[in-house]
Amino acid sequence: MARISLTVDGQRVSDDVEPRMLLVQYLREKLGKTGTVVGCDTSSCGACTVHLDGRSVKSCNVLAIQADGGEVTTIEGLAGEGGALHPVQEAFRECHGLQCGFCTPGMIMQTVDLLAENPSPSEEAIRLGLEGNLCRCTGYHNIVRAVQHAAGVSTGSTNGGSSTEGASA
Amino acid sequence: MTATQEPTTAAEIGRDRRRKEDQRLITGRTRWTDNITLPGMLHLAMVRSPFPHARITSISTEEAENAPNVVAVLTGADLGEGQGACINAWPIVEDQVTPAHLPMPTDRVAFAGETVAVVVARSAAEARDAAELVEVDYDELPAALDLKEAAEDTVLAHPDLGTNVSAVWKFDSAEAGTGGDVEAAITEARSSGIVIEREYRQQRLIPAFMEPRSVVVDPTGEQITMWSATQVPHILRFALAATTGVPESKIRVIAPDVGGGFGGKLQQTPEEMIAFAVARRLGKPVKFTETRSESLLTAHHGRDQWQRLTLAATKDGTVTGLKVDLIADLGAYVAIVGGGVPVLGAFMFNAIYKFPAYQFQTTNILTNKAWTDAYRGAGRPEATFAIERLMDELAVEVGVDPLAIREKNWITHEEFPFTTVAGLEYDSGNYEAATARAKEMFGYDELRAEQAERRARGDKVQLGLGVSTFTEMCGLAPSRVLGSLNYGAGGWEHAEVRMLATGKVEVVTGASAHGQGHETAFSQIVADRLGVAFEDVEVLHGDTQISHKGLDTYGSRSLVVGGEALVRAVDKVIEKAKPIAAHLLEASADDLEFSAGRFAVKGTDQGMAIGEIATAVFAAHNLPDGVEPSLDSEATYDPVNFNYPHGTHLCAVEVDTETGQVKLRKYVCCDDIGVVINPLIVAGQVHGGLVQGIAQALWEEAVYDENGTLVTGSFVDYLLPTAADTISFEIDHTTSPATTNSLGTKGVGEAGTIASTPAVVNAVVDAVRHLGVDDITMPCTPERVWRAINEGTSGGATTEAAMPHFDETEGGDR
Repeated sequence: MARISLTVDGQRVSDDVEPRMLLVQYLREKLGKTGTVVGCDTSSCGACTVHLDGRSVKSCNVLAIQADGGEVTTIEGLAGEGGALHPVQEAFRECHGLQCGFCTPGMIMQTVDLLAENPSPSEEAIRLGLEGNLCRCTGYHNIVRAVQHAAGVSTGSTNGGSSTEGASA
Repeated sequence: MTATQEPTTAAEIGRDRRRKEDQRLITGRTRWTDNITLPGMLHLAMVRSPFPHARITSISTEEAENAPNVVAVLTGADLGEGQGACINAWPIVEDQVTPAHLPMPTDRVAFAGETVAVVVARSAAEARDAAELVEVDYDELPAALDLKEAAEDTVLAHPDLGTNVSAVWKFDSAEAGTGGDVEAAITEARSSGIVIEREYRQQRLIPAFMEPRSVVVDPTGEQITMWSATQVPHILRFALAATTGVPESKIRVIAPDVGGGFGGKLQQTPEEMIAFAVARRLGKPVKFTETRSESLLTAHHGRDQWQRLTLAATKDGTVTGLKVDLIADLGAYVAIVGGGVPVLGAFMFNAIYKFPAYQFQTTNILTNKAWTDAYRGAGRPEATFAIERLMDELAVEVGVDPLAIREKNWITHEEFPFTTVAGLEYDSGNYEAATARAKEMFGYDELRAEQAERRARGDKVQLGLGVSTFTEMCGLAPSRVLGSLNYGAGGWEHAEVRMLATGKVEVVTGASAHGQGHETAFSQIVADRLGVAFEDVEVLHGDTQISHKGLDTYGSRSLVVGGEALVRAVDKVIEKAKPIAAHLLEASADDLEFSAGRFAVKGTDQGMAIGEIATAVFAAHNLPDGVEPSLDSEATYDPVNFNYPHGTHLCAVEVDTETGQVKLRKYVCCDDIGVVINPLIVAGQVHGGLVQGIAQALWEEAVYDENGTLVTGSFVDYLLPTAADTISFEIDHTTSPATTNSLGTKGVGEAGTIASTPAVVNAVVDAVRHLGVDDITMPCTPERVWRAINEGTSGGATTEAAMPHFDETEGGDR
């Protein structure tokens, strides 16, 4: 067991974890942050995407101990004071960018990162930027609309940190 | 005591309401089954066979039992009869050969991935660790893997059954009295007309819903509660009761938030049965959540057919007959719908056309691979692909545009209602209007001009245009028809409307949403019909204790069957409220009219809102004599007919003739799905459906190697499209209201998937036809396209290349 301390969605937490425990397992099983989900076991689907120190990561591809001392933001910590939706969350609803909603936490977290990097992305840049996140319901059409919508209404700087690349694969 | 309700001004039906469901889903406040944790809950891990076919000679569990925090290791023998059985609800013929399907077999495994033991531990990780310590000895048996070989019974998937042929099901229009003799039509066409003979492959696909299946069972209450990532909580409850002996009234099944299904979650799964048995045995709550690899390996697959097709026509392109002879791969067991999937396609090969003669035969084959069952469209994509590919081939033969050959043969809008050669009555449609609109959106003539120009200058990137004018039968289904097809259940749906004391409305539906947006669409229907606010309607579903009756969600049935049940329940509420309103308003019921949620006395300004009446009924202080104090109403609706959406889909692709790379250039469709309740939700269904169909054409295939191992067992290998692979679509609608339900609606859930696959393949073939290509096997990978161009084959099929047709001596007796 290893002791880790980190901040998750603004809350300081500290736990003993097995060295092999994945960040996503830690979030779900230890912290009850079940808004972040697991869709595959090969880091292919991106459903588990969260922000670690301001960068989007696939939390199935990060060990919990690697997040020691870090700052994690999940879908549950994205909304602002009093539950005010983040513009990207609002855009996904407005543009019907979700159906079953299982990929949605990852899609939204990745979109926030994408727009932080490129506030006015072309459709092609959006599609490439979301390539690491799979959706089986929407055919991506309305997800792309949602990202465009968010780019139009957000300043692109609402994300806590900055990022130089998309989700690790 | 109540505020007067504002009459609803804007019509809800047809409005692009944002979904009620979304607030939770976009903030992570979700109830996926895997999120559920109960006190003392134990976790399961499955020990699975690596072999497709083998005898289990011994299972050694001791080492696993001694692993940290392992509570039990159980085999099929340990669970005995308590494990129940996986049922087939649709034996399509009386003498269907159906292997017994134990959730955990005791002596023999029939596909790679089948569970032979289950480890129960305090954590999921410990269960998985210990599963590796279970030692199973197998005697490998020869496996029936290739579909065509299996059809010859060279190797038996289940040796004790003596054959791999599960069923042969046939429809013949001459025998049914719905049309002429197809053999005569083919004979005549051979001498004086056109005969097109083709063999097409429907590759095996995997539904690949995003939420892996998960099940939690709590046996600690008076009822055993099962939460499952399922499309079919009601059917699952029935199957649990019917096969385990636990009374149905002692079982509660809950489908909480369910992350997609596409047919893939309409199964009664071995894992659900095992979890149920283990929880009962140990008396503790248990959870099993599959990994993605387990999901791809063992959740049911879809499609997987070889189709042998003969189309007869006159020289001018008027079709005179169609003969379909297909073999369908059921996998190792006959799944819940299983062999019925090809039969669902049997009525659709004739599609939108006026064929005078038609024959269909499916031979369902057992193999040692994962079982197959419904996947979005279920039988109808296979049929639509075949006929829409054939119509393109006929157009080439006649030398006319593919849309012209369709127009020559389709049912014109004046001819509805139209009884088809397969015996169905299409209630409404307008193929001309949808096609005209799609052509306009597409810029058909301009793109044809560009295609000609690129051909003329020998551009290495060629343009191809693909057409698909589809229809489908959905809204499953009239119970009498299901009965005549030997299906084990009905096709009705149930709804209840509860009027709460505060004027709010609870709606209970037997449909079970898993991403479709029923809460929103059904709220719109009720708001409109009952004249209450959209926000005041709460839709409850997916829990057999709340929704005690239902047949769940699949086959594009929720709106056209479940929605109609809802309409009828609402109408009963209004009917019940009327005498009470008359009493309270001191008027004759005959003088009342109901509109916009209000009973008004004709010719006066007197009136009462439905919510006010609900409050008065709750108090029950002043009701007419003998009237019960309740407005609550329920309805169970059995559809009178299937439902027939249609549409015209046009696809343009660019094919790099040097590399075989296919690039989507443009995709437009105009679907006629009758009256639209929520255009936003409809668009989402169409977009998502399109991509699943396009994915069959270009990317997806479940592939087994010669050892019976699924080589596409992860998302690295099974090629789900990403945002970067796809394009934006242009969609529109024409409207021919359905005449068989009150709202005029038609199903939309499967339409995009059914229509798009042939549109794309037709486009790819069209791009390279001038290079001598007339078929490319799906998925049309760059390698296959390149080979088609350079080797003149259909691109190297997975098992073998498509060939010219069979002769009469070998037809029909497989």
